[in-house]
Amino acid sequence: MNANDSYSWLGESGSESDIVLSSRVRLARNLAGVPFVGRASDPDRNEVVGIVRRCPVFADREDGLNWLEMEELNEHERTMLVERHLISHQFADATFPRGVALSTDKRLSVMVNEEDHLRMQSLAPGFALREAFARVSAIRDEFESSLDFAFSPRWGFLTACPTNVGCGIRFSVMLHLPGLKMTEELGRVRQAAKDLHLAVRGYHGEGSESCGDLFQISNQITLGHSEEELLEKFNDDVVPLLLRYERSSRNLILTERRIMLEDKVQRALATLRSARLLGLNESTRLLSLLRLGQSLGLIERPGLRTVHQLMLDVQPAHLEATMQLGPDCPEEEARAARASHMRRVLEAVL
Amino acid sequence: MEHKCDLCEKPAQVHEVLIKNGQKHEIHLCPECASAQGYGGAAGQLPAKIAKKLPVQPGGVEAGPRACRECGLTHSAFRRHGVLGCPGCYQAFEKQLEPLISRAQGGATHHCGHVPEQASGHLDRQVQRTRLLKQLNEAIATEQYERAARIRDTLQGLSGPLLGDHD
Repeated sequence: MNANDSYSWLGESGSESDIVLSSRVRLARNLAGVPFVGRASDPDRNEVVGIVRRCPVFADREDGLNWLEMEELNEHERTMLVERHLISHQFADATFPRGVALSTDKRLSVMVNEEDHLRMQSLAPGFALREAFARVSAIRDEFESSLDFAFSPRWGFLTACPTNVGCGIRFSVMLHLPGLKMTEELGRVRQAAKDLHLAVRGYHGEGSESCGDLFQISNQITLGHSEEELLEKFNDDVVPLLLRYERSSRNLILTERRIMLEDKVQRALATLRSARLLGLNESTRLLSLLRLGQSLGLIERPGLRTVHQLMLDVQPAHLEATMQLGPDCPEEEARAARASHMRRVLEAVL
Repeated sequence: MEHKCDLCEKPAQVHEVLIKNGQKHEIHLCPECASAQGYGGAAGQLPAKIAKKLPVQPGGVEAGPRACRECGLTHSAFRRHGVLGCPGCYQAFEKQLEPLISRAQGGATHHCGHVPEQASGHLDRQVQRTRLLKQLNEAIATEQYERAARIRDTLQGLSGPLLGDHD
């Protein structure tokens, strides 16, 4: 892990990228005959790491799965991985033996000893759940050829939290929903999501708050359907429905309150171009408006790719790396560095 | 014994024992969660998030074993944290898990998805090896060196390549 390598696929755009930032498919698996992570002793956890690490799946891969021992990473490096959505907060903060395998393109990660022994996840920019599913299924099959997973014919794959049992699969998309927020329709969408057995979470997943009108939507049903059926429903019904809602809200605002929206977007751009101090929340809120303005064609530049990269750059650990700040950097210095970076990047592309 | 907060894992400082439907339930919260959950308010008012953890109706859940034989996790500990201890817990607490899983899964009670092609032979050896390693650690920790030596010999005698022995 190179802490100064700030490149991430999160900066890229994909299909339906006016609303969908990224897609993710995650699989939970546990080794048969071994206590789940929360109940296991450290020798058990070490044994799990050892068993997984010696799987042939790590040898001679084109996408180069690199192993990172979490206990060897410092807090800054762990936070970098969280900000890129490659590991969870809980995994970063744990204090027992654990590790993560990352592909060179940083779109595939396998956490070992998160809540379950293995959490394999594939990520992709834009709306690309089928692509992410294909990639995570391939690595699942490779692990399966050398590991025996805890499985019951009735319950399917056995997971530490019984709500994940069955396929142990989670499909999720990171959606930008400023239209629904502005038209105050989010409450209805949340209710509809609940009825459809969907989870609505914030930018950093479980337990996180929404910021910048970004929401992670995922399926909660993992039992009683095949992986393909769950994918089809989420990919072909659920996400398109949410996209239609958001687009309809955006169109309504454009029709009825265009000048208000243009004002918000231009003010956001002006602030980001000239501010001398920027906090994380303010940056994210303003970048969200820039993203909306860009998606609706209200501004020509800086382009979605730059907005996505800036959304990542303003996160604390990435800012620390990009601006070479010390770990004990005072808050005001960090806010000044964030504003300075923002001005420099925007001036280069505007 | 120091308790962790039931909601966030921080050290708990607010403790309460409730008797509901004849069953004892312990609640442990850190000061922040206690405040957020309304502790310090009207007596007898149970915060919604905590109340959800208690049995809904007396006798609504069929009584089952108190603890998993394989990992020792008690049913009350599972209810407190929502996380099972080992694959064996699914069998041990099957009766209690059925309604819970069915509710969370929109009524589904059976797996319909991918079935692994169990790598023949690996399973038994992997399970056996893991159990023996655990017993070996316990024997060493309790200074039962003769027993530890016997377990070590058994481990060495496991035939066939084991996962983890490739290099």
